Amino acid sequence: MEMLNLLPPEFLRIVISAIIVVAFVFLNCMVLGYAERKLAGFFQMRPGPMEVGPWGLLQLMIDGVKLIAKQLIIPKDSGKMLFRVAPLLAFMPVAMSFIVIPFSEKIQVRDMDIGLVFMLGIMALHVVSTLLAGWVSNNKYALFGAIRAVAQNIAYEIPMLLSLLAVVFISNTLSMQGIVKAQGPIWNILVQPLAFIIYFVAAIAETNRAPFDLPEAESELTAGFHTEYSGMGFSLFVLGEYTNMFFVCSIATVVFLGGWSGPPLPFYAYSGIIWFFLKVYGLLFVMIWVRWTYPRTRFDQLLNFCWMYLIPFSLVNLLITVVGVKLLK
Amino acid sequence: MKEYFELLFTGAKSLLIGLGVTLRAMIKPNVTVHYPREKIAISPQFRGHTDLVKDAATGTHKCISCMMCEKDCPCGCISVAGETREGVKGKVLTSYLLDFTKCSLCGICVEVCPTSALEFSQEYELASRNIEDFHYDLLKRLEARG
Repeated sequence: MEMLNLLPPEFLRIVISAIIVVAFVFLNCMVLGYAERKLAGFFQMRPGPMEVGPWGLLQLMIDGVKLIAKQLIIPKDSGKMLFRVAPLLAFMPVAMSFIVIPFSEKIQVRDMDIGLVFMLGIMALHVVSTLLAGWVSNNKYALFGAIRAVAQNIAYEIPMLLSLLAVVFISNTLSMQGIVKAQGPIWNILVQPLAFIIYFVAAIAETNRAPFDLPEAESELTAGFHTEYSGMGFSLFVLGEYTNMFFVCSIATVVFLGGWSGPPLPFYAYSGIIWFFLKVYGLLFVMIWVRWTYPRTRFDQLLNFCWMYLIPFSLVNLLITVVGVKLLK
Repeated sequence: MKEYFELLFTGAKSLLIGLGVTLRAMIKPNVTVHYPREKIAISPQFRGHTDLVKDAATGTHKCISCMMCEKDCPCGCISVAGETREGVKGKVLTSYLLDFTKCSLCGICVEVCPTSALEFSQEYELASRNIEDFHYDLLKRLEARG
């Protein structure tokens, strides 16, 4: 304990936060992986994983052990260095995004003035890892997957940002805590229902999930950008994908669903985290539900939907919001 | 312009209906049979390997060792042996061996049998690492059934 006193408290804070964040990322991935497989089962009238542990609860742990134990195969003519870097790039930015997520009034690593911009910047980094993985694999399926991912992410970033911008105009701040506090009892989803729908559709596309999972379309591209990855490299991509899902849902919760606000509980400054997680996992349930309902879209349909519907509607929504804010103030 | 909005509304409506379908499927009880722990009765039409029919009147098989099944079997997997005994009319079956590793489950033996002495068994859990497990002695199986 003597040693701990010598260290600057800020350093300790960083280390502890980092450990909690990484632990949570892995835990969240396990919970979501289990929920996804279990719910996929229920949607198809079967029980999902049942054999490992009670109700198959330990299935994901076993899968994790299996993936860690597997060999990481590096293809002969691939870019060796970048091939190893790409999975880390997929995983680290999304883990970093936890810095600004306001879990409750007091549980937050840093409340930045530009929290929302920081998060969106981090999210844009995620596609770089996809592109890199596809590019250095020296595999045509991987390259096609990566190219699709880039085209899709560029297209869907626009309606996403435009719909969030409308909320920023209303709450007049970019800080995550500020946006939560600006909402009060009337959440932004009631003020901006169209923006919420546009954001959510764009978020599903942004996380490359069905029905917009073209970068990893099995029937056309075997596994898309992570065709050549095995073992821990592959599982880092999966981890990145699930964390990214959590991350877009937590933005939706903060921006549209009032973040940690809800009926007051004891120790509200901390226990708001319960409401926050309830809302986030509610949205994640919808994401899983959508995935197991719709078939994959065709690529031209995907881009047409974005350019012909999402972007014009989000622009009109933004325009109406701006005019409304100007007139009311 | 009219088409543009029409497409949006019909599309959105059908997507919502789709979500409703899966949500209803989610709350329905699931239909999986947890196989090693749970088993369901199999159809009487199931065609497993052949077995000798137990005749309720005599308490034994109905085989007359005519060798029809052995001769007609396209896979040559049946070997029947019978002998003549003092005081008994016709032949008495001494062994009926079925090499199930060669059997193609065509059922010709069942159809050709003049006394309908053969039937399909309901056996389906047949995994084994030992090839001898699939050389059945049907006469012994009949005795084992009691």
